[in-house]
Amino acid sequence: MSESGYKLRIAQSLIGRGKVSRRDFIHLGLAAGLTVAASDQIFVTVARAQPQQGGFAKLGMAHGATTDSIDPAGYPDTFTQTAFSGAMSNGLTEVNAKGEIQPDLAESFESSNAAKTWVFKLRKGVTFHNGKTVTAEDVVTSMRYHMGGDTKSAAKSLLESVSDIKADGPETVVFTLNSGNADFPYIMSDYHFVIMPSVDGKADWASGSRTGAFVLENFQPGVSAKLKRNPNFFKNGRPYLDEVEFIAITDLAARMAALSTGEVDYIGRADLKTLGMLKRNPKIEIIEVTGYGHYTLPMNVTMAPFDNPDVRMAMKWAINRQEIADKIFLGHATVANDNPIAPAIKFYKNPVPQHRFDPEKARHYLKKAGMEKLKVDLSVADAAFAGAVDAAALIRETAAQCGIEVNVIREAEDAYWDNIWLKKPWCASYWSGRATADWMFTQAFAAESSWNESFWKNPRFNELLVQARAETDEAKRAAMYGEMQQLTHDDGGSIVLVFNNFVSAKSKKLGHGDIAPNWENDGLKMAERWWIAQA
Amino acid sequence: MRLNSVAKTVLQRLGLGLITLFIVSIIIFSAVAMLPGDFAKATLGQSATPETVAALQHEIGLDRPPVERYFSWVGKMLKGDFGSSFASRTGYRRTVAEIIAPRLYNTIFLAVMTALIAVPLALGLGIVAALYRNSWFDRVVNTVTLTTISFPEFFIAYMLAFLIISRDTFAGTEFAQSLPAWLAISINWTLNVVPKFPTLANINDETPFWDHVWRAALPSITLTLVIVAHMMRMTRAAILNMLSSPYIDMARLKGMGPMVVVVRHALPNAWAPIVTVVAFNLAYLIVGVVIVEVVFVYPGVGQLMVDAVRSRDVPVVQACALVFAAAYILLNLIADIISIATNPRLLHPR
Repeated sequence: MSESGYKLRIAQSLIGRGKVSRRDFIHLGLAAGLTVAASDQIFVTVARAQPQQGGFAKLGMAHGATTDSIDPAGYPDTFTQTAFSGAMSNGLTEVNAKGEIQPDLAESFESSNAAKTWVFKLRKGVTFHNGKTVTAEDVVTSMRYHMGGDTKSAAKSLLESVSDIKADGPETVVFTLNSGNADFPYIMSDYHFVIMPSVDGKADWASGSRTGAFVLENFQPGVSAKLKRNPNFFKNGRPYLDEVEFIAITDLAARMAALSTGEVDYIGRADLKTLGMLKRNPKIEIIEVTGYGHYTLPMNVTMAPFDNPDVRMAMKWAINRQEIADKIFLGHATVANDNPIAPAIKFYKNPVPQHRFDPEKARHYLKKAGMEKLKVDLSVADAAFAGAVDAAALIRETAAQCGIEVNVIREAEDAYWDNIWLKKPWCASYWSGRATADWMFTQAFAAESSWNESFWKNPRFNELLVQARAETDEAKRAAMYGEMQQLTHDDGGSIVLVFNNFVSAKSKKLGHGDIAPNWENDGLKMAERWWIAQA
Repeated sequence: MRLNSVAKTVLQRLGLGLITLFIVSIIIFSAVAMLPGDFAKATLGQSATPETVAALQHEIGLDRPPVERYFSWVGKMLKGDFGSSFASRTGYRRTVAEIIAPRLYNTIFLAVMTALIAVPLALGLGIVAALYRNSWFDRVVNTVTLTTISFPEFFIAYMLAFLIISRDTFAGTEFAQSLPAWLAISINWTLNVVPKFPTLANINDETPFWDHVWRAALPSITLTLVIVAHMMRMTRAAILNMLSSPYIDMARLKGMGPMVVVVRHALPNAWAPIVTVVAFNLAYLIVGVVIVEVVFVYPGVGQLMVDAVRSRDVPVVQACALVFAAAYILLNLIADIISIATNPRLLHPR
């Protein structure tokens, strides 16, 4: 390597730290025999790939309503979650880009007593936006806010297994659980469990004083939220941005237009139908991440005909998942296999065989159930997930080829979760997914869960669920979760159609690292993790 | 005597308006009460457990009987208290008034801005079209305005947004490349003459006045295109109607110019129907622009109400509906007064 070539390499590594200007770099490039255009190109590429300080990003969110508030008992959708949980606050733990759990406000955590006792040590010297130091007491009151009979928190059920929380000195919090849970730190990463200052023994959420990378400056519910950099943020160097503004743009076309005209730098949930046109714009980039979210068609296994496992199996073979992924989700979805655990989750194991459209097999299981023909009602509305009604129409066609007549009933979107879900024998449903196999199974498949949407009570499955939760030997756990995934696939009442991809779009000037799969918008933490490339 | 009769009519109308408002309040309350689901279930969504729903319902008073809730609502309303939004929590009160006030300001801002463009434009076009009726000008104006009113407003809104986007992207499209170069260049040039209006009209209470005007430009243009035809055609028709009366022939025979005939003789008698239509369109600007608000993300009352219905924030829904009803009644009342005040026959009853 020539001397100038070597200098160029060094200079490249300095660009990211902002130590070399564009002009100087081009000079070096010319010396190394590059053209002006080529060295400029390298400069821009390298500069964008490295975090840079400063700048103001406008982020268009797909949600936002006038009833939104900064109260962590709520946080119903991506606007509040990304702005108030992700940008403004921290929990004890967080999920990183690889889907692994890591400490956030906690410095470390460890379990004892067969995962029944969890000890979280807090980072030292972290302060709230109002200057108060974070203590174990704040953590205890923040958690208690979601517990007890009179709480209005949507996350109450997540803490049902917690029997006691106490502070052990100013920097240690001890959780005691009713039964062992090796995945408890994952639950602490939920976006509701942000740490708030304790005032007179009560969690003070209304002041908006949290620990996060950004301080709330101006919030107009349903319109926008503006936050500025927290200079005392506890993570070195972060956040990169000086200011962020979250803008509620619920209309799909308006969101696409806002990004195209440069009014915003990022939009969540891009329009799949016009994505091709957006791609033509040289200033815009599409981001696609396969998350944990999935679309299901739960069959109530306590009602005829779904109380017969062979009928359930026939239904599973009578659906063309690939066609649904291609036609309804335009390829922005991954075919699922009646297993709610996403490929990115630890202990994922794909059950065999892959369920696909096979009229022979469907007829075979129907015959096994003692039936020639079958007529079933399928209750759907797009409130379950966008495209549910269309997916049902495709299912009607493929099922008809298997001797199953599916009567698609289009239900009202309003109050769908109240009147249809958990009420009708067969309906459509959506899960945003959970970060661990245990969490997902406990909420949607455990016998006693109020969200067990197929009312499936498989004794072996439930036995394994409790065992695996407290098991600390990784290999044994993997085997147990493998068996459970096979059980939901073979015997379960939920047809898992596809895993949906998070499809968002951004201006090329926004830079970021690997994107976390646990929630949308880089695990809701885009404000803390992303930067603006000045180049 | 004369003033008294006008005052009497106004008072009568005002009284009728209040009775209408009262009936509307009952209709609103029962309509909202009949919606499936409630606030507690809507906010908690999929994650609602019976206990959390009950706790929330109790806090916002949804567990009380509807008749009791209605009277407490109306009672407070009479004292000028619109109540608190269901989004309030202990120690964090959000009154309906403070939620609606900025939104109402934005809506009225947009309505006034649009009216300032649309009403003079419509009147001017209508008068000129009547003057030169059946000319080329008349036909073009009629065709264009009828075309814009025939399209749904969201279509016009999206087309305008598309025009703005095309400023930057047109040259790169396959369509542009398939055109002859001179045509593509001139289209591109034309597109770039259009100012780059923001497609996102999101404003907040910190937005300076002129910035507000600039951001509201596209919604305002859309609404102008939607309402001009109605007002313009009514102006034209009303004037033409007058132009065929004998007293206009008299004025012409006196040697008045056509402009004077229209403005001084025909127009004063044509005000009544025109003002009615203008009031109708202004009312539409306040109560009916929700789609335009959504497309351009303009935070007005329409969007607020749709939001509130979706989350079942009943106090806000009721207050919005009442504000809309009041705006409608008031604007119609003003129209009536103006048509009485400008109509010589009504002003000078024999």
